[in-house]
Amino acid sequence: MKLLTTMHMWIEEASERECSLGETMLQHEMWHSETEETVILERMEQQLQVMEKACERGLAGVTSRAGLSGMDGKRLNEYRLRNTTLLGPIVSQAVAYGVAINEVNASMGVICATPTAGSSGVVPAVLFAVRDALTLDRRAQLQFLVTAGGVGLMLANNASISGAGGGCQAEIGSATAMAACALTEALGGTPEQCGHAVALALKALLGLTCDPVAGLVEVPCIKRNGTAAATAITCAEMVMAGVESKIPVDEVVLAMGSIGRMMPVALKETALGGLAQTETARRMTQQLRETGRIDTKN
Amino acid sequence: MKYKSIFDIIGPVMVGPSSSHTAGAVRLGHLARKIFGREPKRVGITFYGSFAETYKGHGTDVAVISGLLDMSPDNPDIPDGIDIARSHGIDMTIGTSDDAVDFPNTVRLSLEDDEGKLDFTGISIGGGMVEATEINGFEVKIDDENPALLIEYIDKAGIIARITARLAVENINISTMTVSRRSRGADALMVISTDQKVPDETVESMMKVPGIAMVTPME
Repeated sequence: MKLLTTMHMWIEEASERECSLGETMLQHEMWHSETEETVILERMEQQLQVMEKACERGLAGVTSRAGLSGMDGKRLNEYRLRNTTLLGPIVSQAVAYGVAINEVNASMGVICATPTAGSSGVVPAVLFAVRDALTLDRRAQLQFLVTAGGVGLMLANNASISGAGGGCQAEIGSATAMAACALTEALGGTPEQCGHAVALALKALLGLTCDPVAGLVEVPCIKRNGTAAATAITCAEMVMAGVESKIPVDEVVLAMGSIGRMMPVALKETALGGLAQTETARRMTQQLRETGRIDTKN
Repeated sequence: MKYKSIFDIIGPVMVGPSSSHTAGAVRLGHLARKIFGREPKRVGITFYGSFAETYKGHGTDVAVISGLLDMSPDNPDIPDGIDIARSHGIDMTIGTSDDAVDFPNTVRLSLEDDEGKLDFTGISIGGGMVEATEINGFEVKIDDENPALLIEYIDKAGIIARITARLAVENINISTMTVSRRSRGADALMVISTDQKVPDETVESMMKVPGIAMVTPME
């Protein structure tokens, strides 16, 4: 094994070994951390259980400390169970789960950062929405997370996974690319197709800014976890249909990093611009400073 | 390669909402408690920069207190930290300051009980990682990831050699070391980060060196 530093290297290594990206990344993790496969998978099982508990909690309904968010995951889930949704059963689940998990984060619940706290809903939402339909056994679900983690490594080392460093495209964008890649693999896509899924997902969200209201990980972060989960599924399905990215995946990754560096500081987690400086957001920020709560009704 | 493991991406498991403002804040409280060595009776917290602006919405106050209560960032009891501290009879004061600071996420803690007092300044540097930057007026740089020794002593020739000799005989490697003093011959603080944990007997033998006031091991 050699150190895998780009999507291209990882895809080549998988093709040479005639195995999936996920299996290759598992071997890579065993190699560099000098850890046995069972130990890695057991640790991933713990992360998966944290994600499952967070989803369950969010669907039951939680609210944030500031009062700015909550109960939407429950709302979305009830709606999809009562109605025939335009999104269909799988995508509507993904949207509800993404929002639910990220609401738990905002409510000071326990979550697994994937790759960050503010984007922690996307990857598990997609996994939980498809695992029954695709009959993914527990091992396949852990593999899903290993593949997603591998994509995150490539993005973190060659671009950014931090809102302060690269805007929301680096957080939600990265999470979407991770989910799209893992889903493509679960659907039986080749390593090359998995690479295209990463490229498509990143391109869908390039330029997305991080300008949250009052600097809190709530508005617009939580709802984005839902819409991003739907985007990830869309990208995976586009790739399975044979759609390819015209720009090679590693170049898209570098473009994301470059856009992140060019992005003004006001739009990188500082709450100094964009959505955070709207009239309503400014009033909410003032209220939070004075009372510790935000009344969203006024 | 800054990120090496898939668990740097799929993790950490933490109480939300923010790695820097919540998870990092728990770790700062925890680091201060380790330096203080016990649960404090009186706690003063002052937030600076982005911490001062957003601590209420991020639960940074609850997080720091939970860390002082020895909780780690994945403890589900963190949201109740202030209530738990109150039930332990801890007196808490929480405030903010507009003073300029070098780093946006800075907190100053003043920990007290009948036996002693600690003034602590720490920063949350991103991704939940933290550093102590000042202890009792001495500039330091201590993280919570490596074992370290905090040694308070009276500045005089030969002390450093006598301390490091005790690490050498145990074959303990020093990774970083800083020494600061108020003035020549006055109180001084030595911070030694080590690759291995320092055995209790070695810590006890350091305590016997003339001029050493206190040795606090941190794991």
